[in-house]
Amino acid sequence: MITRSAHEMANALESGEITSEKLTQDHLDRIAAVDGEVHAFLYVDTEGALSQARAVDAARAKGEKVGPLAGVPLALKDVMVQKGVPTTAGSKILEGWRPPYDATVVTKLKSAGIVILGKTNMDEFAMGSSTENSAYGPTHNPWDLTRIPGGSGGGSSAALAAFEAPLAIGTDTGGSIRQPAAVTGTVGVKPTYGGVSRYGLIAFSSSLDQAGPCARTVLDTALLHEAIAGHDPKDATSIDAPVPQVVKAAREGDVKGMKIGVVKELNGDGYQTGVRSRFEESLELLAKAGAEIVEVSCPNFEYALAAYYLIAPSECSSNLARFDAMRYGMRVGDDNGASAEIVMNLTREVGFGREVKRRIILGTYALSSGYYDAYYGSAQKVRTLIMQDFTNAFSSADVLVSPTCPTTAFKIGEKADDPLAMYLNDIATIPVNMAGIGGMSLPCGLAPEDGLPVGFQVMSPAMQDQRMYSVGAALEAALLSQWGAPLLSQIPALAGAK
Amino acid sequence: MSTLSREDVANLARLARIEMTPDELDHLATEMDVILTAVARVQEVATADVKPTSHPLPLRNVTRPDLVIPSLSSEAALSGAPAKEDGRFRVPQILGEES
Repeated sequence: MITRSAHEMANALESGEITSEKLTQDHLDRIAAVDGEVHAFLYVDTEGALSQARAVDAARAKGEKVGPLAGVPLALKDVMVQKGVPTTAGSKILEGWRPPYDATVVTKLKSAGIVILGKTNMDEFAMGSSTENSAYGPTHNPWDLTRIPGGSGGGSSAALAAFEAPLAIGTDTGGSIRQPAAVTGTVGVKPTYGGVSRYGLIAFSSSLDQAGPCARTVLDTALLHEAIAGHDPKDATSIDAPVPQVVKAAREGDVKGMKIGVVKELNGDGYQTGVRSRFEESLELLAKAGAEIVEVSCPNFEYALAAYYLIAPSECSSNLARFDAMRYGMRVGDDNGASAEIVMNLTREVGFGREVKRRIILGTYALSSGYYDAYYGSAQKVRTLIMQDFTNAFSSADVLVSPTCPTTAFKIGEKADDPLAMYLNDIATIPVNMAGIGGMSLPCGLAPEDGLPVGFQVMSPAMQDQRMYSVGAALEAALLSQWGAPLLSQIPALAGAK
Repeated sequence: MSTLSREDVANLARLARIEMTPDELDHLATEMDVILTAVARVQEVATADVKPTSHPLPLRNVTRPDLVIPSLSSEAALSGAPAKEDGRFRVPQILGEES
């Protein structure tokens, strides 16, 4: 049962083939069997999950109407606060903190009857592309335990690939949903900015952060998308408009007559051979399914990475000022004589890891008087140019596509000491965040040279998220008929697999 | 491009309220140089005629009626406090005599 899709699990629950309590216990058993090797979870909420599952079973037994995913388990990225459940965002500074409230996404999951198994590992405060920046140790890619599962949401993507959960929540500031999906052979969607509430999402870069759904199929991702999306008065940047009909689009998977724009600048040099060949094959499949493939140019995308590594650190240096050792979280050096400022300095020294400090210092510099115009100001102008590139491209295409990442999963430790090499992972995912539009990654095969998953990225205009689901579902169906079984059926068996 | 000295980084760390060891400052000064050189590329296209964008959405102020609605109890708000006293956060001295 645990290798089925969330949608199939929901059907089995509805027909009475299995209870949510049993399904939840099966996943808890799976976590117990494999998570010692994978380390996808930072906290497993055994009692909370089972009691949620029993509540859904009871509601069903009484004939109450429940949501389409009611009783299906989910893994929650540790950057979303959940009342009473330890929430760290992968940082020592929040070790042991139990939030006094639920994020809006969590409230929506609970009211949909989706069972929250626990909190997943991540790069500290979502800063990273490998989950190696977690203060609690790295997560391992289930395809090859010596490799990274992507980041920052590597725990969520690894949990899906290792069949520890059929659904997961991620957050995406520069690719933290899509890049982990790509390197683990799973599906991840960054919705339009403002499409899913950020209330209760521990902020990294507020103008870029967006929570979204992760799963093993396009339809499962769409079902979860509709469960968590919608306007929230508690988030001032939440869009007050109807949720795009992503489930309908995922069920139909119709790309006939659709214009698919291949972004010239997000391919070619620097992209691994196997990544390029799988991407090209996918384009052929989409053409066979009735789409028209066109080439588009976005000349300013080559500046996106540089602009991102000014904007995100600038916003983070401001957002992370809240970790001041006064109201919650770690406090170091309070000996009744030290001043508040000294306590702050000492706490933040011990509580933050290297990458977080690096970005806070970079952001502090980029925002400081005398350098503001040259750095942060210039980056904001590049943001304008990137948005113009998207507007132009979408005038000749309904969606844009590219490989999600330049390479497949690299080895743990391989890029840990080279921040710039690490930042290059996000080169194809960052433009989407800069413009606030939607982006999806879905698996399009294994690279022949290393046998590791390759991700295919689909980008859609703001609040047209259904378009990427149409393309994703069409490609997924075409690939499935070629492969005969889902890509994840080829994953090497982990200990305790059945 | 201006290079960052160890003293510059120390000053930034002070502004950001992060204590750093001499080793950390040395290491970071070297890294900052590399990163700043890379990100300075934005200046190639950020010409005077381009307007800056700070946010993907046209932001507007959001208000609600001024009504009392349920919120966190003081117990809940204090539940994560590193130190508390009489229903309040207890913090180290802010106006120090010795500094």
